[in-house]
Amino acid sequence: MQASDRFNINSQLEHLQAKYVGTGHADLNRFEWAVNIQRDSYASYIGHYPLLAYFAIAENESIGRTRYNFTQRMLQPCGLPPEREEEA
Amino acid sequence: MFLYSLTLQRATGIVCACYGNFIGGKSQEIVIGRGKILELLRPDDNGKLQTLLAVEIFGVVRSLAQFRLTGSHKDYLVVGSDSGKIVILEYNRDRNAFDPVHKETFGKSGCRRIVPGQFLSVDPKGRAVMIAATEKQKLVYVLNRDNAARLTISSPLEAHKSHTVVYSLVGVDCGFENPMFAAIELDYSDADQDATGQAALEAQKHLTFYELDLGLNHVVRKWSEPIDNGANMLVTVPGGADGPSGVLVCADNFVIYKNQSQELRALIPRRADLPADRGVLVVSAATHRQKSVFFFLLQTEYGDVFKVTLSFNDTDMVVTELKIKYFDTFPVTSAMCVLKSGFLFAASEFGNHALYQFQGIGDDPDVESSSATLEETEDGFKPIFFQPRKLKNLIQIDEGESLMPIMDMKIANLFEEETPQIFVACGRGPRSTLRILRPGLAVSEMAVSQLPGVPSAVWTVKKSVTDEFDAYIVVSFLNATLVLSIGETVEEVSDSGFLDTTPSLQVSLLGDDSLMQVYPNGIRHIRSLVRINEWKTPGKKTIVKVGSNRMQVVIGLSGGELIYFEMDPTGQLMEIEKREMSGDVACLAIGPVPEGRQRSRFLAVGSYDNTIRILSLDPNDCMHILSVQMVASPPESLLLLEVQASTGGEDGAVYPASVFLNAGLQNGVLLRTEVDMVTGQLSGTRTRFLGLRAPKLFATSVRGRQALLCLSSRPWLGYIHQGHFLLTPLSYETLEYAASFSSDQCAEGVVAVAGEALRVFTIERLGETFNQTSIQLRYTPRKFILHPKRKFLVLIETDQGTFTTEEREHMSRSAAAQDNGMMEIDNQEKSEEEPMPDEQYGYPKTDSRRWVSCIRVLDPKAAATTCLLELQENEAAFSICCVNFHDNKNLGTVLAVGTAKDLEWWPKRRSMGGFIHIYRFVEDGRSLELVHKTPIDGVPTALCQFQGRLLAGIGQILRIYDLGKRKLLRKCENKNFPNTITSIHSYGDRIYVGDIQESFHYVKYRRDENQLYAFADDSSPRWLTASLHIDFDTMAAGDKFGNLFFVRLPQDLSEEIEDDPTGGKIKWEQGRLNGAPNKVEEIIQFHVGEVVTCMQKASLIPGGGESVIYGTVMGSVGALLPFSSREDVDFFSHLEMHMRQEHPPLCGRDHMAFRSAYFPVKDVIDGDLCEQYPTLPPDLQRKIAEELDRTPGEVMKKLEDIRNRII
Repeated sequence: MQASDRFNINSQLEHLQAKYVGTGHADLNRFEWAVNIQRDSYASYIGHYPLLAYFAIAENESIGRTRYNFTQRMLQPCGLPPEREEEA
Repeated sequence: MFLYSLTLQRATGIVCACYGNFIGGKSQEIVIGRGKILELLRPDDNGKLQTLLAVEIFGVVRSLAQFRLTGSHKDYLVVGSDSGKIVILEYNRDRNAFDPVHKETFGKSGCRRIVPGQFLSVDPKGRAVMIAATEKQKLVYVLNRDNAARLTISSPLEAHKSHTVVYSLVGVDCGFENPMFAAIELDYSDADQDATGQAALEAQKHLTFYELDLGLNHVVRKWSEPIDNGANMLVTVPGGADGPSGVLVCADNFVIYKNQSQELRALIPRRADLPADRGVLVVSAATHRQKSVFFFLLQTEYGDVFKVTLSFNDTDMVVTELKIKYFDTFPVTSAMCVLKSGFLFAASEFGNHALYQFQGIGDDPDVESSSATLEETEDGFKPIFFQPRKLKNLIQIDEGESLMPIMDMKIANLFEEETPQIFVACGRGPRSTLRILRPGLAVSEMAVSQLPGVPSAVWTVKKSVTDEFDAYIVVSFLNATLVLSIGETVEEVSDSGFLDTTPSLQVSLLGDDSLMQVYPNGIRHIRSLVRINEWKTPGKKTIVKVGSNRMQVVIGLSGGELIYFEMDPTGQLMEIEKREMSGDVACLAIGPVPEGRQRSRFLAVGSYDNTIRILSLDPNDCMHILSVQMVASPPESLLLLEVQASTGGEDGAVYPASVFLNAGLQNGVLLRTEVDMVTGQLSGTRTRFLGLRAPKLFATSVRGRQALLCLSSRPWLGYIHQGHFLLTPLSYETLEYAASFSSDQCAEGVVAVAGEALRVFTIERLGETFNQTSIQLRYTPRKFILHPKRKFLVLIETDQGTFTTEEREHMSRSAAAQDNGMMEIDNQEKSEEEPMPDEQYGYPKTDSRRWVSCIRVLDPKAAATTCLLELQENEAAFSICCVNFHDNKNLGTVLAVGTAKDLEWWPKRRSMGGFIHIYRFVEDGRSLELVHKTPIDGVPTALCQFQGRLLAGIGQILRIYDLGKRKLLRKCENKNFPNTITSIHSYGDRIYVGDIQESFHYVKYRRDENQLYAFADDSSPRWLTASLHIDFDTMAAGDKFGNLFFVRLPQDLSEEIEDDPTGGKIKWEQGRLNGAPNKVEEIIQFHVGEVVTCMQKASLIPGGGESVIYGTVMGSVGALLPFSSREDVDFFSHLEMHMRQEHPPLCGRDHMAFRSAYFPVKDVIDGDLCEQYPTLPPDLQRKIAEELDRTPGEVMKKLEDIRNRII
């Protein structure tokens, strides 16, 4: 009974993580968390046109270029990921 | 405190646009999304864009698409919004509204990363729609028709792919084969794992085609191919029988034609002056399709438009060549629409929108690049250069004013008019302007002619009821009458039958085709030139007032006698009844004859004993008093106006037919009272102060409907526009007397007299709240201030990444010299050619680390710049204020400007410090003279005067400076602010510091200890973009995410701090929650939905209470009015609640959730929602009104009243 319950919660979590990008887990490291926040932010900037225009004015670029730059930065918003520690 | 929020000027920027036949019929309409507003535009026959409908959706419009079911004649609109729903709308012509056809929920609301709504594409044959998110999710809906020919929508089919970012999405035209969609995708999953960075470098964009299998009802990834890594946009290529199908992929520097297994690439020509490291990106596209030909117009981020054509053989539809030819240059757009009627609608990213007409389609030879001649060298592809030139293929025929982006705003009455002017600094780069907004409608003057004397009145008359245009203009002088006939020209005539040796009191059309002139001694009825009947006044009495319509005439004789005449069936004017009034008659009015009736039933009589009486004209109880209204001051002018029954249609509102009695009183107030059609009882009076002179009222017509013209110290127009009765001032001079005017040249004009002149004008841009005059600026305005004593404005303008004026002049000179050397034949022409206007072409780009900036002193009255100082050595001005240094009184008011040196944003924000310039005003404030400039260790981003010294916010430091002989002297500082100080306000010894990220800090200055310390701050993070000092304890601000909020220091805390001899210093040393010891409370919270960039407290009407006026980046102006009574708060919060329930927003976003998008809305009532009340169907209006214990009329009156308190 207990075993199946645990299995259940885990599988539910996994389901959530698969369905909703960015759902955290216990082993989430600082980098993954930051990357996720950054991607959410960029997506929000792209979605809110007034904000995009605000950035475009600050950078003196066209709104189209600003949008492209933000989408481009979603690839690697926080620089390189940290070296993986070898799992013992 | 409760506030009523009302948008005064809707957003003027455009986010997205699409076009189609939404009304159904031949004409094409444009639907534009203005952030939170959907608007339907139609170019009229004269090429002017008319707004048919504008509806606020209380959500975010992110994408629009239109589709048509096969065989149908009308397009549907699909909206991608932040509601987590796909919304399909249909335009309903009868109600003039968008009807939601389908609202299907697929996800959470909000602009999220994986919730679709950002991208929207439809199958060109209207069989399916794909809606996608920035990442991962794509949903396909199949569109179909049921038996009753209604549109049906399937449940969504998923085409998700995790870890994939989408750049663009289109529906591929493949005729009637299975619908296909193409997307530019980038997979980031490997880059997240690879610590060496190799994967990120190798990350490859793919062009993926999705196929919807209509038979199997599922979506498959048909194929996916690597594509240029600079790809950013897709344009669909006509397919089926019309073309080769496939897509155009727009990438950095390239346009690529792509179809399965085929790729053709051509280079986008570059401007010659573009730095080599800058790419050329296509930002908007339009497709022109005719039966046999099609081409694409692509606009780059610099504004150049290219015409792209494909060569293909007709048999196997294989594309052989892709050509890109320079077409024209106009300001960068967010969307372009090519209409079938030969118009190009260009929705500008910033600044005014334009409608162009095609003069040619770019068939003349011009700079061209082709896939066939693409040359690859060792350094990459060989670039092709061109010089932008003036418009050749297009001609601008209309302009849509746009304030986007509003950078700063000040409200002041610099011109000493009745109402203050709003000065708005807006636009960007070379298209920057300072605009002066005045509440009211713009007037376009058609003719002004001098008359031989001072006229007292003017009328226009038709010769017969059936005539379309007026035949005569009759002008009355003190002792004569002048008749002008209207034809090709307007000239004096003497054969009209009018008596010209006497002044006139009234001239009008009587019956079907006879004219009437009323003069002090009688009535002259001109049935034809030979049949003139005269009626003379008895004894020595003279006529003083007249009221008439087409069938009835009432005259008021001196002494207070009223005589009533009526037209009998033979066309004779017969005296019917007399009545003696108690005193002289002040004014008279008869309503127009209702449709299908013999006579109007009511006569309104105003008397000098401050009463207005309604008299019956019915034969049964003729001249009996039906009702009496007491008024505050003697009435000057009366007008009975019928508001026609309306069931929606063009004006959108549902109004019951009713008669309004309009009365202009001698104290300058206009009363509008509803007259019961049966009993003549008066009810529901609306009052409005119009000006210092008693309003004279005239009937006119606006778009074929009756309207009201009121002449007080300025003219006003009352009319119905999209469901609202609007009473708006006209921006025109004071007029004496007016009449409606209709002729060949102007269908709906007004003829008026003022002074010795006769003026003819028309009223433009109905529905606008403000009219604007603009003054050109050089660079993006950052901030401006009003000179406190003299009526000048001082602006700072700053632009990044461009050349200074001298450099630009030098460049254009050397370019001209080069040209001369190369082409001597053109020498003559070249030197005569004017330089290209920068507003159209933009400034040449250079390194983004270079800045240009200037300080400008502007005299707004003369619209002239009196002083312009361009900053040297890469300095950029960011802050400005006026200071009176108390130690240096002989200098008077000086100007402080904070600048940054060598500022750069990327990869990290840094600068080589900054300066504070101190200028002295010379030549009566017209010019500036540098006193000295002080180097600073950071960028002074905020300046403020404080107790005769200067407060500067420099990054995290707040510092007090005093004026020295050679530079500013540091007196005191506090280095503990969280990020960057963006605003400083001061009041008494309190300083309110706004941080870029951490909201407000309340700071106290202790003079005896010379110390600055923060005693209170905010508990929530706020990215401030605008701030306003409300009172000693309260600040208002706007944040980057589109919220408005007020924070207040609780009363007891405030008192404690003021009473504490240490000023809370001991407590301050303890601190709380990593901040100041006290926290301010949030008392107002509201999500506007657009970044608020400026705020000010002001009253826009004479004698009105103050409200907070704000301007946003999208170019809208709104107001927050504090409620004055609890009763109003109750009423409007209930109305808002009912409106939320009964009339949920169009695109499916919950109203409350939208207004609480980041923080829960608090104590603000949304007037924009309440003002949608008149557009509801009548039964719903009644239902809501009953819940509120009122009638619909009373609810509308409440709405009008509160609007009139603001503007």
